[in-house]
Order: sequence, then structure tokens, then C-alpha cells
Amino acid sequence: MRRGGSWFNVTAITLGFAFLYLPIVLLVVYSFNASKLVTVWGGFSTKWYVSLLSNQGLLDAAWVTIRVALLSATLATVLGTLAAIALVRFGRFPGGTLFSGMVYAPLVMPEVITGLAMLLLFVAIGFARGFWTLTLAHITFSMCFVAVVVQSRLVTFDRSLEEAALDLGCPPFRTFFTITLPLILPAVVAGWMLAFTLSLDDLVISSFTTGPGATTLPMKIYSQVRLGVTPEINAICTILIAIVATGVIIASIVTKRREVERQRAERLAIQGV
Amino acid sequence: MAGKSLSAGKSLGPIRRAFAPWNDPAAKPFIQFQNVTKNFGDFTAVDDLSLNIYEREFFALLGPSGCGKTTLMRMIAGFEEPTSGHVMLDGQDLVGVPPYRRPTNMMFQSYALFPHMNVWDNIAFGLKQDGMPKPEIAARVDEMLALVKLEKFAKRKPHQLSGGQKQRVALARSLAKKPKVLLLDEPLGALDKKLREETQFELIDLQVKLGMTFVIVTHDQEEAMTVADRIAVMDQGKIVQIATPAEIYEQPNSRYVADFIGDINLLEGHISSTEGGVATLDCVGTGAKVQVIQDGGAKLGDHAWFAVRPEKVTISLTPPADPSINAVTGEVWDIAYLGDVSIYHVRLATGATVKATITNTTRLVERPITWDDKVWLTWSRDGGVVLTR
Repeated sequence: MRRGGSWFNVTAITLGFAFLYLPIVLLVVYSFNASKLVTVWGGFSTKWYVSLLSNQGLLDAAWVTIRVALLSATLATVLGTLAAIALVRFGRFPGGTLFSGMVYAPLVMPEVITGLAMLLLFVAIGFARGFWTLTLAHITFSMCFVAVVVQSRLVTFDRSLEEAALDLGCPPFRTFFTITLPLILPAVVAGWMLAFTLSLDDLVISSFTTGPGATTLPMKIYSQVRLGVTPEINAICTILIAIVATGVIIASIVTKRREVERQRAERLAIQGV
Repeated sequence: MAGKSLSAGKSLGPIRRAFAPWNDPAAKPFIQFQNVTKNFGDFTAVDDLSLNIYEREFFALLGPSGCGKTTLMRMIAGFEEPTSGHVMLDGQDLVGVPPYRRPTNMMFQSYALFPHMNVWDNIAFGLKQDGMPKPEIAARVDEMLALVKLEKFAKRKPHQLSGGQKQRVALARSLAKKPKVLLLDEPLGALDKKLREETQFELIDLQVKLGMTFVIVTHDQEEAMTVADRIAVMDQGKIVQIATPAEIYEQPNSRYVADFIGDINLLEGHISSTEGGVATLDCVGTGAKVQVIQDGGAKLGDHAWFAVRPEKVTISLTPPADPSINAVTGEVWDIAYLGDVSIYHVRLATGATVKATITNTTRLVERPITWDDKVWLTWSRDGGVVLTR
């Protein structure tokens, strides 16, 4: 095999990355545009970031989004983890197949349908739409993602660890918190992060289930775009990208470092040191 | 190694030799299975089984996978409940008692060390559950670490240990609570052969030193023979034979046991005489007559098998004085040279193969008996046994 790439490979990679990242780069660059026109470069400026801070509508929306995301991700993680345990641990129980099908249905259900169904439900039971309906809706669709992530960890979990804890005198409930949970924690955290992200950028289901006073950031951005994109929107999107990128980079560095550490320790053990 | 230091003092011979509570009708069983049956759906893992294990005994459950030996052990630990029957420990009925309230501890096949805790915390785990005061926990953990010679590894995590070290941590953890019974589920399966043999002797020393009852589950007959006071050979949820290793090997009660433990030659035939404590078996095909000293297991006319171990068969190029009794003839079909011994496969006229083991006492490379030689195989009247099932 030849090292480096043929012109074909280089072109393919360049085009691929351009396709993925050029829009984002443009968005970031234009957030520092001094001109009010989004597509005309008028010199470097950070004024849109400053004006963002005084845009109460956007800030309120961001606050609602974060609160909904935190709350729904946390509750979805609890429920999703419990569902995963039920699916993996209780073997076959009457209605087990139906249960697992129902847990995973939201994964493939078109969002429009989920959103509409929930809207109809809230209307039917007379639940005033707003922050709480929004949160409930987010829990509903993100729970199944948590369940999938946690379940994949649980199927490879060595049951004899729990049996060992029981055998050593630890009651089942305490065993869950001292043995099971710490060991599946990475999957639970990953599930939480997934749920958090999904909630953060959901637009369709939120649009159906929200009410007055509970506008999320994606909804706000979307409605503003219809009136014309302002560089302020570019600015807030750049901030979001920065937050997400930082999180991803930190997570991968921590994982990588832990992996290196573990491999070094295992080498030492094999050498019998 | 811990074994050497433990056995450095007095020999354990006298203790081991005198120990035979199962022959004492007055001895009270420590663990009792009373007509225990365990079903998993349609599958019967344990079938109406009764068994007594005595205090301070090293008891082995031996059998192929799926014979119910692990299920039996898990019923002592409390991970399985019998479908019917009773499991008693020290006079107390264990049925319905959850595993975390039983005075038994188990060493798992996978070791099941808690990966997020270091060696010290792993060993202390069971003691903490009992709410033992901290200084006492520390003292006991240190004692256990010393017992398995792992003092220097207290702060290591399980993934920083070798297989042998993990095995010792698992052992220390299961002994820390001083259980009434220690259950060992294939405890040495993951170790290499040399380490496994060393550890077997360490286990014996430890068991005698601590005076605990050990129950081991294994599919390795050599392991069971080495460590156990008594062995229960199991098949399809039933116990086929319970006896000491020597009895199991020398006096198997069935072809199943004879075949499972070590190597065996089987000659099929009918009992033509049982006079004077000697059974005579007329072999099918060869017409050879086999005479065996026996205590009345086989009756006149029984369809039976003569079972003899290869090392009890003598191979010779010349016919014996009386070639009609306890002798067969054939051709050397194959020779397996194993270093210490050679195993000769002799093909009889009927097509059956009889194996004979010869100890290689000289350094000769050329053996006096070689391929295609016509040879005689002989054995003594007390060399084998007659089996009727």
C-alpha cells in the first residue's frame, strides 16, 4: 500500500469535510461580522455577542432550554435505566416483548406523530401547556435512548459480581447502589448526555407541546430565521458549538487517558511487578 | 508460595488420615440435602437427591457440565431454591433464607472481584456489611492478606493483578467472614497447569489449618482427587457414587464412574460362576475367562463388564503359565510415549482395543515391545472389578 493518499482519496476527504463543516465555519466566521447583512463581510467585530446579552427574548429561551434539558435528561436517565434493568434482568416475563417494543417505539416514531399525539393527550386531559408539558414530552422521547445505551452495558455485565456482593452479606438494594450502579455509571452518564443533547436541540416535539412562556432556543431561532437571519443568531449558535465542542474534547481526552492508564497497569500486572 | 510456608511445620498426614466421619454412624451431618429436586422449566437439574457432608470435610462435586453440580452448590449459597426437598446447614433449614443471610461464602469461577475497589476494599466488603468496627476490619483484612501473601498488593485494583493473584484475592475475600462453609466453584479453572497444581495443595493446607468445611465444584477429576476427602460423581442430576478418591478410582460402582475417572479397559461378558468370593466372567467374542475377587455384587448369569485400569495390565511377548484365565492376546496397534509412561494400545482378535500402561524405568529409546508385535496382556485377580451397570 502506498502511504499518503492518491488524488482521489485527498479529494474525497476534502469534499467530505467541506460538506460537513463548511456551513459551520461560515456561521462562526459571520458571527464576528461587523455588518448587519449576514452574507456581506463588513470587518471584524464582537458587537453581536454584546447585543446578544441584552436580547432578553433569546436569553429567556436559552434559560428555558437549559432547565428543560437538565430536568428531562435526569428523569429520563432514571426511567431509562430502570427500563433497561427490567429488560435485561427479568428475563422473559408476560408482555416482555410488548414492553421492549413499546420502550423502543419512540426511536423510530416520526417526531411529528409523537408531538401531535402528546399535544392531543395534554389537550384531552386539560393539562395547561408550558414548561411542564415540554419537560414531560422530552422525557418521553429521550428515555428510550437512555434505555438503549444502558441496556447495551447491562448485557455484558457479569452477574456474578452482584451474586458475590449478596453472598458477602449485602442486601439487594444496597448491592445495586454499591456494585451495579458504579459499574454501569459510564453508560448511565452517556445516556444522560445523549438525553440532554436531544432535549437541547429538539424543535418538532417542542413546538407541539409547548405553551405560552416556554419557548425554547431552537424554537426562538427558528422563528427569528423566518424573519431573516441576524448575526445575533450566528453568535448564539457559535456559543453553543463552543460548549458542545469543549465537552466532547474533554470527554475524549479523559477516556483516552484512562485507557492508557489501564493498559499500563495491566502490562505491569502481567509482568508480575 | 503460601503452601510451602503453611506446610513447613507439622505434616498434615495424621489429621488427614484419621478423618472419616462418614463411616461413623453417630456423626451428625453438617450439610444435608434431603430429597432435593430442582427444575428449570422442563429441565431437571437435580433429581431427588440426598447427600450428607460433614463438618471439616473437603467435599468435591464432580461431573460433566450440565450434571447439576453447580446447581447443587448454588442451592447451598442461596442463589437457587430447591423445587422440592430441604437443604439443611448445621441443623438449620436453609430453604427461604436469602444468600445475604447465609453463613456460607463462595469463591466464584470468574473470581467476581469488584473492579472499582482495590484489593483491600474487596476483602473488607463482606466485613463492612456486618457492621464490624473499623479497627477489627483492618486487623482481619491484614490477616487475610498475610494468609494469601498479598500484603504488598493491598492498594492494587483487580485489573492490576495477574490471574494467580486475583485467585488469591478472591479466596481471601471469601474466607474473611469465617464462613461455616466455603463454596468453591471451579476455583482454579483459569490458572495454568503448574500454578493450578501448586494451588491445590495450598487449598488443602488452608482447609486443614482453618478447620472449615469446603465444598468444591469441578469437572477436573485430577483436581477432585487431589483436594477432596470425598468425591460425589454426578450424572444427569443424580449422584452415581460418593466415596474417597481411592475408592472411586479402585472400586468404581459403574461403568460411568470408571470411565469418568481416569482410563479404563472394559471387557463385556456373562458371570458363569461366583464361587468362593471369586466371580468368573466369560467374555463375549474372545471367550477369555476373567476371574475377579469380589464381595458379591455380581450374581450368577449377570450381564457384566470387567473393568481394569491400564496400569494394572501387564504386557508381555511370551504367553503366561495359564493363558485361559485373566489373559488376552492381540497385536500392538499403537504406542503413546508420554515420557514417564508409555501407553500400549493392543488390538484383540474381536477388534476391541485394550490399553496397558508401562512405566519407563530405563532410558532405552528402543522398546523391547513395538508396533505389530503379538503380545499377551495379563492381570491379577484383584487388579480389576466386575461392574453390572
